[in-house]
Amino acid sequence: MGRKILLDKINVPGIKTYEVYRREGGYASVEKALKKMTPDEVVEEVKTSGLRGRGGAGFPAGMKWSFIDKKSGNPRHLVCNADESEPGTFKDRYLMEYIPHLLIEGMITSSYALGANLSYIYIRGEYMWVYKILERAIAEAKAAGWLGKNILGSGYDLELFVQIGGGAYICGEETALIESLEGNRGNPRLKPPFPAVKGLWQNPTVVNNVETISAVPWIINNSGADYAGIGIGRSTGTKLISASGNIKNQGVYEIELGLSVYEFMNSDEYCGGMQTDRPLKALVPGGSSVPILPANLIYKTAAGEDRLMTYESLSDGGFATGSMLGSGGFIVYDDRACIVRNTWNFSRFYHHESCGQCTPCREGTGWLEKVLWRIENGQGREEDIELLWSIQSKIEGNTICPLGDAASWPVAAAIRHFRDEFEYHIRFPEKVKNRDHFVHEPFEKVKHLIAKQEV
Amino acid sequence: MERSHIKQEINITEPLMARINELISHYPADKKKSALLPVLHEVQDAHDNWLSIELQNKVAEILEILPIEVYEVVTFYTMFNQRPIGKYMFEFCQTAACCQNGVEDLMDYTCAKLGVGIGEPTADGLFEVRGVECLGACGYAPMMQLGDFYQEHLTKEKVDQLIQDCKDGKITLHDK
Repeated sequence: MGRKILLDKINVPGIKTYEVYRREGGYASVEKALKKMTPDEVVEEVKTSGLRGRGGAGFPAGMKWSFIDKKSGNPRHLVCNADESEPGTFKDRYLMEYIPHLLIEGMITSSYALGANLSYIYIRGEYMWVYKILERAIAEAKAAGWLGKNILGSGYDLELFVQIGGGAYICGEETALIESLEGNRGNPRLKPPFPAVKGLWQNPTVVNNVETISAVPWIINNSGADYAGIGIGRSTGTKLISASGNIKNQGVYEIELGLSVYEFMNSDEYCGGMQTDRPLKALVPGGSSVPILPANLIYKTAAGEDRLMTYESLSDGGFATGSMLGSGGFIVYDDRACIVRNTWNFSRFYHHESCGQCTPCREGTGWLEKVLWRIENGQGREEDIELLWSIQSKIEGNTICPLGDAASWPVAAAIRHFRDEFEYHIRFPEKVKNRDHFVHEPFEKVKHLIAKQEV
Repeated sequence: MERSHIKQEINITEPLMARINELISHYPADKKKSALLPVLHEVQDAHDNWLSIELQNKVAEILEILPIEVYEVVTFYTMFNQRPIGKYMFEFCQTAACCQNGVEDLMDYTCAKLGVGIGEPTADGLFEVRGVECLGACGYAPMMQLGDFYQEHLTKEKVDQLIQDCKDGKITLHDK
């Protein structure tokens, strides 16, 4: 049984309420930080913990905090990124829905560390009922004296509010989120300046993910060193994984970083193996934006080592043979999954969600979607695979924000690892024409059709 | 019908105005515009779930910003509706896991049952079906959003029941 630090109290009846959360030891980190620690000491503990941003990028949280501009004299802000919208990812909602006070406690402790007196939780608009859960929890915390003026007599003031989004994935990008919080379209900003220097209303701002902030209370209650003792190497602590697709047990799991992918996939404690005992075909380990892995690279790295659930092991070998831990959106495909249709589905998502600010992203994502759609519908052309490769390569790295990369990587990886499936679609249009389902007969059974013809 | 031709009664009630003022108070006094998204959600909820140009102008007036600043936000975010929509909007997630779990069939089934295409309200204005991008419920696919809430692990039987419950007025759209 893996160690739990975020979900250890999740099954306590009534933990959603302040009364029960407090009875179970909640808000102890605020007491400890405000009464016994300076803000810099809190930052140091988080640095020592090695906690990395759990939204996808994996940037060390303590280091991000240390970048905040304290010299400008401007107000500082902490903004929690709860705009969870990456296909395959649904973990933050679980935390906020079932144990909302954990995030609020983390927000108070973290805001204190940053010297922020006005903080926000920016939540995606579709999570409307979760927004209301958070609003109620904040009201409870405020009534109990954990928010407002002179918290615990420490002289520290903090106001915390929830801001609701409007249904745009791009607002998960930190500068787009800030724009949205200012009441604008969610167009990402050019960096630098980074938000730690000029963020919300041009004030120094730190943007952290829900899961990242929710880990802070444990780190302060125990120690950064204790947190760093969990996990392996630079992948410290625990991570929430949202597991979906063709597995027996779909849901949100907390794992100690370093667990093997094989154990996560097959043990009853986690995914429980394949849903229908069909062969495993592919895995997207970290949300739709990360490269897909074919079956032969899921359990073992290119070097032949066991593939682990860590930032390093999942990316081993770069994109040629690896992927990313990303947001922990773990999507499993059995042998009937149509990789072309899946890639088209992802491309449609990125086309729809592109803010339209950068030409390569605005136009390129649309071209990817269109070319993939015609291949999927039996109208593919011989040159389409090269065309897709060319388009994705011109998007990657050529946009203001990482949405362009996120749109490009899944296409590149699908072609890299499943090129024969694209060829099958193009050469045997009668087999795929008018097919309107996500699955088809196992591709292994039809590979001989390609083998019989010259490429 | 063009949205500019559809009249909408504007009704900023006292409780709604009080809520708007509360939302404005969440931001510094000189940053009133930051309340735009939450205010639009509240105003839309109170006006049959859509925002006419006149209503958007009213929001601009309340927040003391230019109407164009409201228009550019309303047209950017998918949750703001610029035309009247079905009272019960079935928003099916059509991304990744939901697609993998047959949401396309389910959408076809729902449209056929209601006798409408995607994005067309039923003649009585009661229902509408829409495909949306990832709603963050991949472990509970296929799913849809109805009002404030998620309906997960959908089957044709569950859709049938939901349609009936809507007709019977048993569905709560908003958690107030």
